[in-house]
Amino acid sequence: MTMAAIDVLSWICLVTGGFFGIVGGIGLLRLPDLFSRFHAAGVTDTLGAGLILIGLMLQAGWSLITIKLVLILGFGLFTSPTATHALAKAALHGKVKPRLSRKGT
Amino acid sequence: MPHAISLAFICFALWLLLSGHYVPLMLVLGLLATLFVVAIAVRMEISNREGQPIHLLPMVLSYWPWLLWEIVKANFVVARCILTPALPIKPTLIKVKASQKSRLGKVVYANSITLTPGTVSIDIKGNEIEVHALTRTAAQDLKRGHMDRRVTKFVGSN
Amino acid sequence: MFVAATTAILITMALALVRALLGPTVYDRILAVNMFNTKTVLLIAVLGFLSGRPNFLDIALVYALIAFISTIAVLKFFEYGDLGQSRPSRAKRRQT
Repeated sequence: MTMAAIDVLSWICLVTGGFFGIVGGIGLLRLPDLFSRFHAAGVTDTLGAGLILIGLMLQAGWSLITIKLVLILGFGLFTSPTATHALAKAALHGKVKPRLSRKGT
Repeated sequence: MPHAISLAFICFALWLLLSGHYVPLMLVLGLLATLFVVAIAVRMEISNREGQPIHLLPMVLSYWPWLLWEIVKANFVVARCILTPALPIKPTLIKVKASQKSRLGKVVYANSITLTPGTVSIDIKGNEIEVHALTRTAAQDLKRGHMDRRVTKFVGSN
Repeated sequence: MFVAATTAILITMALALVRALLGPTVYDRILAVNMFNTKTVLLIAVLGFLSGRPNFLDIALVYALIAFISTIAVLKFFEYGDLGQSRPSRAKRRQT
């Protein structure tokens, strides 16, 4: 019974994770400028990747596999802001100006 | 020195978990590799309080779950923005004050900002972090400084 | 159900590739490639489960490490024009 429940839970995680990944991809295409696209990439990097990896962890149960999945997840969460920040700073130095809404604060 | 020891411990634990070899010869080789890595880290002067913030470990348990929940909430907001056909985004650049004193604290704060979708930290100048926010509400939430206070509590007073 | 996750990941990779091809600036392309990389890590992990060979996870882990370094290396190359640029000297950094 509990096995079936965990199975269902992991399916839900995998499917929602995939959904958030696609949402991030759509955002990458739809959003108008580079700096808004960072946010779309953030959606796939955090919740998309996180939910898919959690779904896989639930499938794997308690084993070395789970630890490797946790490591992948943790590494992703640590590096993705660093990469995004480096990209934003490089883009600013490369004279890419963010397109802002008209009445900025 | 305590940081070098903790680094060695973490590296060797990681080696044990990832390799899956538990023969004496392999264990000795793993230990040698660990010591080599620690020696390099000590020589590069990155095995210190900043590069290895073990003093933050107890507070991690209260900060990370809070941050994860914030990330989940922000994700839903951004996903709804992307999926709405009219694309209701108002990109703004704001400056928020970082009340942390150490560089480590500022890095934790800036990375937490970037990790939550909807806000990306672009630049740090002194005590101010320049943030690009996707929506007006995300910018206002950040300006209210809740996350700033949480991070300050997390890294402590130093 | 792994098939559904694989399909979703492949669709996301396709979308990222479209952005990489369209991207007006080089930074858009780097962002798209970065997202493609994270999705590749996930794809390798899910494929490992799909084919019943969890050893794929080691490859995924190594790929994640390499992808991060490659992103930073490409950015550094575009910012400074060479990869061998040394960082600011230590004495200078200590003062700040």
